[in-house]
Amino acid sequence: MSALLTIPVIVPLAAAALSIIAYGHRNIQRGIGLTAISVVLIDAILLLVRVEADGVQSVQVGAWAAPFGITLVADLFSSLMLVVSVATILAVLVFAIGQPGVDSGQPVFHPVYLVMAAGVSLSFLTGDLFNLFVAYEMTLASSYVLLTLGGRREQIRSGMTYVIINVVASTLFVIGIAWVYGATGTVNLADLSVKIAALPDGVQTALSLFLFLVFGIKAAIFPLFFWLPDAYPTARTPVTAVFAGLLTKVGVYSIVRTQTLLFPETRPSTILLTFAGFTMVVGVLGAIAQNDMKRILSFHIVSQIGYMILGLGLFTVSGIAGTVYFIVHQIPVKTALFLTTGLVEEGTGSTALNRVGGLIRRAPLVAGLFLLASMSLAGIPPLSGFIGKLAILEAGFSAQTYLVVGIALAVSLFTLFSMVKIWNGVFWGAAEDPPARLASIGPDSPLAIPAAMNGATIALVGLTLAIALFGGPIYELSERAAQSLVDPSAYVGAVLG
Amino acid sequence: MSVVTALVVAVLFGAGVYLLLQRTLSRIILGLALLAHSANLLLMVVSGPAGRPPIVGGFATGEQVADPLPQALALTAIVISFGITAFLLSLAYRSWVLNRNDEVEDDIEDRRIAHLAGDEISRWWRRTK
Repeated sequence: MSALLTIPVIVPLAAAALSIIAYGHRNIQRGIGLTAISVVLIDAILLLVRVEADGVQSVQVGAWAAPFGITLVADLFSSLMLVVSVATILAVLVFAIGQPGVDSGQPVFHPVYLVMAAGVSLSFLTGDLFNLFVAYEMTLASSYVLLTLGGRREQIRSGMTYVIINVVASTLFVIGIAWVYGATGTVNLADLSVKIAALPDGVQTALSLFLFLVFGIKAAIFPLFFWLPDAYPTARTPVTAVFAGLLTKVGVYSIVRTQTLLFPETRPSTILLTFAGFTMVVGVLGAIAQNDMKRILSFHIVSQIGYMILGLGLFTVSGIAGTVYFIVHQIPVKTALFLTTGLVEEGTGSTALNRVGGLIRRAPLVAGLFLLASMSLAGIPPLSGFIGKLAILEAGFSAQTYLVVGIALAVSLFTLFSMVKIWNGVFWGAAEDPPARLASIGPDSPLAIPAAMNGATIALVGLTLAIALFGGPIYELSERAAQSLVDPSAYVGAVLG
Repeated sequence: MSVVTALVVAVLFGAGVYLLLQRTLSRIILGLALLAHSANLLLMVVSGPAGRPPIVGGFATGEQVADPLPQALALTAIVISFGITAFLLSLAYRSWVLNRNDEVEDDIEDRRIAHLAGDEISRWWRRTK
């Protein structure tokens, strides 16, 4: 059982080391990467089945007893996140291998990608506030490298902002950990859950809001999101896709985890709902103003984070269940959208709305994939986004927070509008100023896109359809995950024994 | 808790934030280093009063020992911030090689939108006058 919990972290790290040894041998590196992530995916599925059947699983790495040792914990929420994330990581890796120029000539791509995978897994599984910091640093340090890989000028420019913002956030995180430790004398999440409840109310609120601030920067919540639409679009598409799908969601995961587990008595509902409303509105308005697929979608990352915080801010089982389902739906959908952007870029050489056009005839498959993913993002029934939004909005209605529910509905409409804007610009109409690659191929001839890239995108869109098709069972799992989040006694019991 | 250490934390943090708000990359990186130092020192402050014996080496005889956990945390944080600072310096060097200056650049798209918005506002202003 302990292997199930440690494999998602250890296997990618060991594979990263092997991948460095195979430096320069691209095919060996590819084999190592694909094998390692596939192993982790199988492990994550087994872990989910196990947790679903037997409840919260935990292991003390190094055999030091609970509040002192390194604890790894998996409850339903974290194992659900792990399965979806690892599946997404695998699809993007296939896509990156298929896309010419991503890993060729960049021998560090594979090792760094694997370290990022290990970091993401660790941040879902850790049962320790300081190890969460270490997991973040693993993920972020590799994301810095992936973002600036190639060293082009605009990558360096936006990468600099990204690194600086995240280093500041990490420093604040260390300060937060120091305060938490100073107040309680422990950093173990389960132990903290018990000990924080004994602190004075003021201290609890201060710690809770400070941690919300720290994770809010990572999750790109209004007003801390400015770095995201600037930094993400400059990387290679597979890198942007995996960042878009995973990194902000790891931040949201940490917010949900800390707000429910560490501060069961502090419920800053109004504050969270206010930030959720602003995040949704500002994100979507930013998206409407853009003229490039990647930038529109980057602003949508921000906007959709608002929905997740909205569900959490209600602090009811149905609200948090909505958030859990919504994150599960968002990770593959957002990544799939960026991958279709990558297909468009690979086929035409640009993602600017006015430079590309008429792709519905030239690449009907890409158009179909984009249509499914974007309609799911906008929340058109019967796709997965509809189920997620419906769950959150219903929870909002029953909590009588009509204002923020109204805002969420309006934001959905604007989301649809900007998806239609991409559709009109890229798939319909004509290109005003076609880039060289698009101009060089004949007027109605199909685009040349490698099969692996298409395959990876189809797999992810298929995953989002499956999340809609099995909406009932997955929502039921989310509801059970939410119940154990609202009442963390099972989690605490499994760790402290 | 020693007042002097707490004051040093505050001064380091203040100086770090001041440097972070500058326009040149080298100062920003120095500012980040100072911020990291202040966070690590804060970990020392929360570990309890200074002067207690270490937990290993047989010095602790019946007395209270110094809390080793924050020291371990600080050590990890130091290593991480060391690595990240090295990466930042190499980024700054790359930026200097490409641009021949040390300034943080604006986002091009932001600048374009600010420009568009500026045009619209000035047009509206002319109309109302």
